[in-house]
Amino acid sequence: MNLLLLIGTPLLTAIAVLLSRNKQQVKWISLAGSVVQLGLAFVLLFAFRQERAENNMAQMLFEQNYKLFSTPNINFHFGVDGISVAMILLTSFVLIAGVLVSWNIEKMTKEFYFLLILLALGAYGFFISLDLFILFFFLEISVIPKYLLIGIWGSGKKEYSANKLALMLMGGSALILVGILGLYFTAGKSFDIMTLSKTSIPGDAQHIIFPLLFTGFGVFTALFPLHTWVPDGHSSAPTAGSMFLAGISMKLGGYGCLRVATYLLPEGAKQYADLIIILSAIAILYGAFATMMQKDLKYINAYSSVSHVGFSLLGIGMLTQTAITGALMQMVSHGLMTALFFAVIGMIYDRTHTRMVNEMGGLMKVMPFITTVFFIVGLCSLGLPGLSGFVAEMTVFMGSWQQDDTFHRIATIAAAMSIVVTAVYILRAIGNTAMGPIKNESYLQLKDANWNEKLAAILLVAGILAIGIAPGWLNDLLRPAAEEIMNKIAGK
Amino acid sequence: MNQSLTIALIPLLPLAGFVILGLFGRKYFKKSAGIIGTALLLTSTILALYTAYEYFFVYGKVDGIYQQFVPFQMTWLEFSKGVSIDIGLLIDPISVMMLVVVSFVSLMVHIYSLGYMKGEERFSTYYSFLGLFTFSMLGLVLASNIFQMYIFWELVGVSSFLLIGYYYDKPSAVAACKKAFIVTRFADLGFLIGILILSYSSGTLDFNTLIATLTNPESSHLKTAAASTFLGASALTWGAALVFIGGAGKSAMFPLHIWLPDAMEGPTPVSALIHAATMVVAGVYLVARLFPVFSITTPGVLEIVGWVGAISAIIAAIIACTQTDIKRVLAYSTMSQIGYMMFALGVSTYGGEGGSGYTASLFHLFTHAMFKALLFLGAGAVIHYVHSNDMKDMGGLRKFLPITHITFLIACLAIAGVPPFAGFFSKEEILLAAYHNNMGIYWIALITSGLTAFYMFRLYFTIFWNKPPEAHGIKHGEGGFAMMLPLVLLAVGAAAAGFIPFGEFVSSDGKVLASNFHLEFSIAPVALGLAGIFTAMWLYKKQNSRPDKLAASFNGFYKAAYHKFYIDEIYLFITKKVLFNLIGRPAAWFDRNVVDGLVNLTGTTTQALSEGIKKIQSGKVQQYAIYFLAGVIILATLFIYVIR
Repeated sequence: MNLLLLIGTPLLTAIAVLLSRNKQQVKWISLAGSVVQLGLAFVLLFAFRQERAENNMAQMLFEQNYKLFSTPNINFHFGVDGISVAMILLTSFVLIAGVLVSWNIEKMTKEFYFLLILLALGAYGFFISLDLFILFFFLEISVIPKYLLIGIWGSGKKEYSANKLALMLMGGSALILVGILGLYFTAGKSFDIMTLSKTSIPGDAQHIIFPLLFTGFGVFTALFPLHTWVPDGHSSAPTAGSMFLAGISMKLGGYGCLRVATYLLPEGAKQYADLIIILSAIAILYGAFATMMQKDLKYINAYSSVSHVGFSLLGIGMLTQTAITGALMQMVSHGLMTALFFAVIGMIYDRTHTRMVNEMGGLMKVMPFITTVFFIVGLCSLGLPGLSGFVAEMTVFMGSWQQDDTFHRIATIAAAMSIVVTAVYILRAIGNTAMGPIKNESYLQLKDANWNEKLAAILLVAGILAIGIAPGWLNDLLRPAAEEIMNKIAGK
Repeated sequence: MNQSLTIALIPLLPLAGFVILGLFGRKYFKKSAGIIGTALLLTSTILALYTAYEYFFVYGKVDGIYQQFVPFQMTWLEFSKGVSIDIGLLIDPISVMMLVVVSFVSLMVHIYSLGYMKGEERFSTYYSFLGLFTFSMLGLVLASNIFQMYIFWELVGVSSFLLIGYYYDKPSAVAACKKAFIVTRFADLGFLIGILILSYSSGTLDFNTLIATLTNPESSHLKTAAASTFLGASALTWGAALVFIGGAGKSAMFPLHIWLPDAMEGPTPVSALIHAATMVVAGVYLVARLFPVFSITTPGVLEIVGWVGAISAIIAAIIACTQTDIKRVLAYSTMSQIGYMMFALGVSTYGGEGGSGYTASLFHLFTHAMFKALLFLGAGAVIHYVHSNDMKDMGGLRKFLPITHITFLIACLAIAGVPPFAGFFSKEEILLAAYHNNMGIYWIALITSGLTAFYMFRLYFTIFWNKPPEAHGIKHGEGGFAMMLPLVLLAVGAAAAGFIPFGEFVSSDGKVLASNFHLEFSIAPVALGLAGIFTAMWLYKKQNSRPDKLAASFNGFYKAAYHKFYIDEIYLFITKKVLFNLIGRPAAWFDRNVVDGLVNLTGTTTQALSEGIKKIQSGKVQQYAIYFLAGVIILATLFIYVIR
């Protein structure tokens, strides 16, 4: 399969959106584009499995390499392994759901959809790039739309949040850029991930470059204590913006931490692994405790994201194959789950015009569909078997436990303790909104979900169930890729 | 029919019920949901009985020993080589026995609910949740892999949560379902870490391999695990103890029992199914499943199991004597009886005569399921009739509810241990096992059995006698055939189940265990039981002032027991005051003010700096000249005096 299709389709969709004449056209073109994109993601999945089944064990499949500049040595080098395929699937699900839930945006519809598609384009490009420069380019493409999405369509103190988010992410990007340039100059003038992975980079250089790259990507994925853009950014962003931000953008960071920082700089990773574990264990527990005190649904999900994404970083820091597989599963699972969570919050907010937990109550009576989805996503968040969160977290725990010294054990137990705290805040949120007596008489008039909202929710729930009930396929995708990374770390 | 398919269908049929009714029930099966659910479960029950027959009488026994079979197993999630979560079916005496118990009681509850829940707005949702619960419980029972058990363990937890919160617009029900979930979740954390330890120590998650590895003193895994210690106890001791915490949470053992009485907020048939007969005994089943590990490798933990069981048994019995909500009395009674099962395991050893506690425990699980489900369903009929849970609103009901009265009496006699009802046989075996192994526990158990008889008959006499019979102004009778049939069927079980030679089917090592029954030994417990019954009769058969006087004479103790020994308050203090105020609130504050404050500080500093720099570039030539001059002077000074 030609990978260029994956960036070509969003590009064409974006152009078509710009050229379209009215809101209806904009919406349907965007939907059509994202449906095609989802189709392509599935074609990619099956083509990938087909190749693997035919025993094509090359690390990267469907590679394409075009020279862009010889000095500096920059190439359009694309290729995918299991991790990229999983991330592309995730992006496609979130994209289509985001398009669907934004169906009733009235303000500057064309620009809104253009930016959404552009953001997705950045993500797709990022996940298939094997050249660090191009990868960085796509990363930046996905940052700017976020600023505008929050600044224009946001709510609350949106200017502040937009600035904060853009500045922090740009700060992260600056670190990444320095790191990438550092790699380029220490490792024989190459930006190519595959080439770099075979080059031996001096330990001293690794110890300097690794923290730059890891922190840089870490900002994107809410590495404690650089996570504070998350609560503000999410609370101000429009629904689809939050979905993309948490569902996709945070995964760009996690992917970068693993593919660029950890994979290319194994010595640095080993050096800093303990610090990563400490920070992520703190993020997991501290995020969970902070969530417990939130009253705004968006803040609840934002802080819980900090906690959940901590599992991804914890898995990476544990440096075992199973833990890294779990970290990747958590990225996919959290992406779907958090997108769905924000979608549900958006649906509730559109109707009740409040996001304050204590102002709601008894919504189950008037919106059975929305509250059922709310239950499902809440249960996924607290790690109920049969839904994706359980699979990912258990894999991280099993992988972490393989490190058998006291430090790793304590970190694992601390992380595991969060499953109780998660249950507390999720049940509080559900109990106060969906259950209990109806507090506001006017809520009795509210309508349940529309067709577009239903479709979006069903798609994401299907994704969550597909991982939760039969995790084998995702495991097959991610485990060999994680093994490749572990081999490199172990120096094989 | 294919054997593994037959067995697989037992849990899958209720699952189908859950999916069908959950997705389409509201629209298409609003009325027929009950019939669909019941029909599916009837099929399941028949298949379970068939499986039990086949296993116990046809193929299960090889050379006089009941074997373990795994007719089906598939890898669900592979972590690393040899370590994977498998979904499989494990067939051995206890799982087959549990299949019968779970499907039968569930069927009774399904039938009963046809009458009890008729006209409910969310009738189809109710049946779909019942299906989910039954599926999960059957999956738990059949688990061949410890992680599979954990999966279904969590699923029964969530179905219990959904069913307790069935009346979702009632604040007390919402609070109760949250409490039940969170308390058991806390215990499950122990279970999870226990699994991690045990699987790491044995290199597998598969029950058979795990047990074989951890009980074989020659295995290298066991030697390594026994050598690694933490805080003075070996890894395995920690693992087993943590797994037991999981079991204790689900089985409402002291001090993790606080969720069970509140769980009575759910519909009464649900209490009968989940919080009396099936889910709450999952902890007992878990210990029984891992029994070889507990008794051979970590006997210290098994002793803890015994004492936790005994303490739970007596504390719950004392509290039960003082409660006035009939469902809460039954809830504490459940906790007390599960305490019996736990300590029976605790005093048992693996194999032979010493394993009689194991057999007795599971025997009691079996008979308890019958009479306790019957008690709850009977209580449901009473509540249905008087529209109240409180004993004070009842009295003299024997005239109006004749079938309920008789069946309830049978259940009371059974639980009080009066021969020849079912509870007598299983309780005698438990007491005997305790007598031979641990005298301390034996005495606790003996006192508890007297208390049991007392509080059960206190309940019986206050409901059915006490006040003169008066019509409650209610025209409807006992409830229809759907509600009476399960009562009668369960009453037959409660009366006759004791005659099953249980030791021939279930024993710790699969060999036949002859029941050793001593008439002289039974004198003390039966006499105590009868004493309890007569005391209750003297106090409660007719309205009088004796109960109040008695309560007054105990004064402080009575008050403490009435308030459940203030355990709830202690928990409330820990969660509300400590967890929220000392951890949650500071964490949230710290994040908004310190961490984010630093970020904002960086922002404002940068801004202030740039403001300052901006002023320098004012565009005024005179200013630039001054800067220039100042620069020259500073540099000149530097070069002349500092650097030279």
